[in-house]
Amino acid sequence: MSLRLSSGGRLIERDRPLDFTFNGRRLRGLAGDSLASALLANGQMLVGRSFKYHRPRGVVASGVEEPNALVGLGRGGRFEPNRRATTVELFDGLEAVSQNHWPGLGFDLGALNDLAARFLPAGFYYKTFMAPRGAWEKLFEPLIRRAAGLGRAPEEPDPDGYEHFHVHVDVLVIGGGISGLQAALTAGRTGARVMLVEQGPHWGGRAPVEGVRLDGRPAAEWVDAALGELERMGNVHLRRRAMAVGVYDHGYALLHERVAAHTPGDGRPRHRLWKVRARRIITATGALERPLAFVGNDVPGVMLASAVRDYVVNWAVAPGRRTVVVTNNDDAYRSALVLREAGLEVPAIVDARPQADGPLVQRAREMGIRVVSGSAIAGVKGRRRVRGVRLCAHEGEGAVLEEIACDAVAMSGGWSPVVHLWSHCGGKLLWEEGQAHFRPDPQRPPTGADGAPLVFAAGNANGRMETAAALADGQVAAEAALKALGTGRERGGARAPLPAVAPEEVAPMLPVWLMPRKAGAKARMKMWLDFQNDVKVSDVELAAREGYESVEHTKRYTTLGMATDQGKLSNINGLAVLSEALGQPVPQTGTTTFRPPWAPVSFGAIAGEARGDLFQPVRETPIHRWHETHGAHWEPVGQWRRPYAYPRDGESLHDAVIREVRNARQAVGLLDASTLGKILVRGPDAGRFLDMIYTNMMSTLKPGRCRYGLICNENGFLIDDGVVVRLDKETFLCHTTTGGAERIHEHMERWLQTEWWDWRVFTADLTEQYAQIAVVGPKARALLERLGGMDVSRESLPFMEWRAGELAGFAVRVFRISFSGELSYEIAVPAGQGLALWERLVEEGAAFGIMPYGTEALHVMRAEKGFIMIGDETDGTVIPQDLGLGWAISKKKADYLGKRAHQRPHMTDPNRWKLVGLETLDGSVLPDGAYAAAEGVNENGQRKVQGRVTSSYFSPTLGRGIALGLVEHGPERMGEVLAFPATGGRIIRARIVSPVFYDKDGEKQNV
Amino acid sequence: MSEREAARLRLRRGPGLGMIALRCAPHVPGLGEALGGALGGMRGAALPERGRIVSANGGAVAWMSPDEWLLLCPRERTAGLLERLSRELAGEHHLLADVSDARAVFTLSGPGWREALARLGPADVSPAGFGAGMFRRSRLGQVAAAFWISGPDELRLFCRSSVAGYMEALLEGAARGEGPGIFDAPGA
Repeated sequence: MSLRLSSGGRLIERDRPLDFTFNGRRLRGLAGDSLASALLANGQMLVGRSFKYHRPRGVVASGVEEPNALVGLGRGGRFEPNRRATTVELFDGLEAVSQNHWPGLGFDLGALNDLAARFLPAGFYYKTFMAPRGAWEKLFEPLIRRAAGLGRAPEEPDPDGYEHFHVHVDVLVIGGGISGLQAALTAGRTGARVMLVEQGPHWGGRAPVEGVRLDGRPAAEWVDAALGELERMGNVHLRRRAMAVGVYDHGYALLHERVAAHTPGDGRPRHRLWKVRARRIITATGALERPLAFVGNDVPGVMLASAVRDYVVNWAVAPGRRTVVVTNNDDAYRSALVLREAGLEVPAIVDARPQADGPLVQRAREMGIRVVSGSAIAGVKGRRRVRGVRLCAHEGEGAVLEEIACDAVAMSGGWSPVVHLWSHCGGKLLWEEGQAHFRPDPQRPPTGADGAPLVFAAGNANGRMETAAALADGQVAAEAALKALGTGRERGGARAPLPAVAPEEVAPMLPVWLMPRKAGAKARMKMWLDFQNDVKVSDVELAAREGYESVEHTKRYTTLGMATDQGKLSNINGLAVLSEALGQPVPQTGTTTFRPPWAPVSFGAIAGEARGDLFQPVRETPIHRWHETHGAHWEPVGQWRRPYAYPRDGESLHDAVIREVRNARQAVGLLDASTLGKILVRGPDAGRFLDMIYTNMMSTLKPGRCRYGLICNENGFLIDDGVVVRLDKETFLCHTTTGGAERIHEHMERWLQTEWWDWRVFTADLTEQYAQIAVVGPKARALLERLGGMDVSRESLPFMEWRAGELAGFAVRVFRISFSGELSYEIAVPAGQGLALWERLVEEGAAFGIMPYGTEALHVMRAEKGFIMIGDETDGTVIPQDLGLGWAISKKKADYLGKRAHQRPHMTDPNRWKLVGLETLDGSVLPDGAYAAAEGVNENGQRKVQGRVTSSYFSPTLGRGIALGLVEHGPERMGEVLAFPATGGRIIRARIVSPVFYDKDGEKQNV
Repeated sequence: MSEREAARLRLRRGPGLGMIALRCAPHVPGLGEALGGALGGMRGAALPERGRIVSANGGAVAWMSPDEWLLLCPRERTAGLLERLSRELAGEHHLLADVSDARAVFTLSGPGWREALARLGPADVSPAGFGAGMFRRSRLGQVAAAFWISGPDELRLFCRSSVAGYMEALLEGAARGEGPGIFDAPGA
């Protein structure tokens, strides 16, 4: 039974109790506790269930590497799943629930899987659930999901704020232990811009726990002094609770700061995502202790030896009253000493090494602790908590020599540097035989954009495992980083002396991947490697037997290291077991690739401010407010909002569209066309340039004239269309589609900057400089004449021409272009006057029955005229020739973008589907996108098709459904009837007709 | 917004500025003089270096790209300036356009503007990375923006006018609450 000790605990405040709940049970902890230490202080050893076998699981670690103690935190909108209890700071009123059990933590039906473990080996889901077809989806997957699900997603909106913060520094130091502090001091003293971040709420790393003395004083004092100096420097920024989760190219690093996770609702952002651009990065990220693989190493009460002393020293919490220590190295003896000094029993230290006699071992013996060398744990007694251990010889097969009663086990398999951040951006690793771990290879660091080293590892993270070496390494790393920046020590004067550290004498460790070394097959089935994903020694060995040689494949086959802890404890042990099974040294097997994030990042932090109204920018035209107050039903067009229609009281959207179309056809309508792209193209070579950009001839366009043009990409596919206006000899104004403005401007600039850089042409995107209003309908001219000003008569301003002038006192450009087939003027004014002009038009137009119309009426009217719409009739595979637009492709020009492509055999294939009109026999509206069926089936057994609907509307003008479509040999098949299978087995028949349904001769727009 | 927040950062729309986009090769003879003259009363040339802005007499010239400049002036002077520049650059290949209505201008005042920008965009806005005379084209939230220091504790920025509403909400959000205080450190 874990417990709180009556004295000690450097981080807790005994006079500040905090109330919290776990699975609804009210518990009490202390200020300074982590949730894990508070749970242990309350004797709550069982904290979760494993993923596959639902075995009882207890706290194993004390930090971010914890695989078992995952909880859901908070409630309602503040609920956060999958939080590690070890990294949660306790606060008053905290609510935590355990995960991954059903129906209850104490009684879990899924634990039956454990009894059937031999039927659930590695890759079981690949093997078991392949047949019968369909069973996976309907039966196995839902069951597995129910049984295996980790945390649940919160179901209410998150009331808290999140934010991003961008910062640029010379040196980012990751890790607030003594190596990181020393690195920050070294860099900070030169005046460089430094940021030092620490994942937890406390500075100093492990040194204060280990009782390290610097200059003869406790490490904590040195840490405080270092912090004091750093805080006084104006050029160093310190951040706690900021987890560095990823290092990327160009010195970009992400930090996930839990600003107010421990003070919910205090108004501060819950999390902050730091986006750091660092010129150099120092990773002083420490090391993680490895578990040992022995039978029952997952029973609650078995912990990492370092975690045991963390709990005792930091929080005065012990995992039990009698703790057996099992180790292959000297370091774990510190845990025995700490336990003993706290007045707890340590019945034995089980040391796998044949001989153990280093100074730490001696001290343990002097304190009367029994050291059993050359021995191993044959098995742990107990299921839901440790009741004892059975000892055996390490060099044997596991014959039990004795049993020791105990209620906790502290294990240590050695230490692995945290190399993740070093590796994210390409840093390579070395296998260090003596420590049996991977450490950064200084010869193969991650490099920056300049080809020089970008990341420098320091301290434990660099494989410098002793205090003095780790401290000095912080300085070395900082100096190397500064040198790479060209701001070395010369700026800061003499090198500051490092504090004196008493030398440590440490005996070599013994690599132990299997305990005992010759354990049998049955035992290996109960030795856990990955506690969260339930991967055992036997699973990895099975993978090797089944032919898996690559560590990456083995990982995916067994799921080793694929849980939310990403194998922080299991990776090295797993690949060592794989290496042994393959009969090769560990470095030959290699390691899996470490990828960001090092620790989970919340979705809220990733989203930052981009939620609610700020989720995406909404672009508004100058007339937006008017539309809003006049009941516009919005349609998103890219990031723009355009009125779809303006339904009146009690009017359906459909009816509104019909009314708007009829009114524009019979009286006069008003359309806000401000979103259309307007690109100014100017220069002596502008005509030549546009001849290349457009398929038509544009250089022959006369000033004062407009011409409809098509733009293809270099593969010949139609990408945009619009009216080109010649303003003067050297200047053109190119109208693009709403969605094409930025895209086409970029397209033009790309060609100008990369291919035709010597042509004298400049472009400017003036889309937003002008509001553009289309006045459409037979009474349009009368309305403009009423406004007064320029001459808009047929003679002075014929169809497809434009004039600059004045209307109702506004300085305007008027284009006589029509996308509706009616008499139409598009009037451009500076955007700031757009609303005033619009309102004037509405006012003066009342006498003519003017009504605004939206995008749907626009679509219907253009379809009635057979005008194509980019994105409807085109989909990236359509060329102008498919759309009957061959007339807009100049035959005279030597070249244009897409010309070569148009000559390819596939583009000239007479079987290409071509644009036609479609009229349903029953007058109904064809479903958009419907396919016309043909005889027979293709090689996949699918019905052959011969065409498809690209646009389909109810035409108020014709009183029936009309559609445009692409049909094989369509233009040659006028009058033929096609069958369009629709949903529910229905077949809709439609006749092929001309795509121009209305005013075929174009008389109405040309009056 | 609390009083404390308001003391750190105040946000207002405007002022409405005249803006003229000029594209031409930087080596066009007399370009600097034409721009300096356009600003009025400037002795010598006004041709800002990459990433910089030159101000005088209520006007300014900002570097937009290797062959693009932006003239800022009081609104009422826009038409006159356009005409004048057009005349002076006649015969040289160039593009001039009034873009006053295409942009929305905001003014941020108070010491909190650096943190507000750092919350929204990737540019280095520390005192070391961004000072008076600099002109940054960058991103705030999800849209393009450009900004420069227009006075003591005062920043001016503009974006496309269609996203003015978004920008205002964005800046209001970034002005709220306590930031990490990263630019408050002495000498930072």
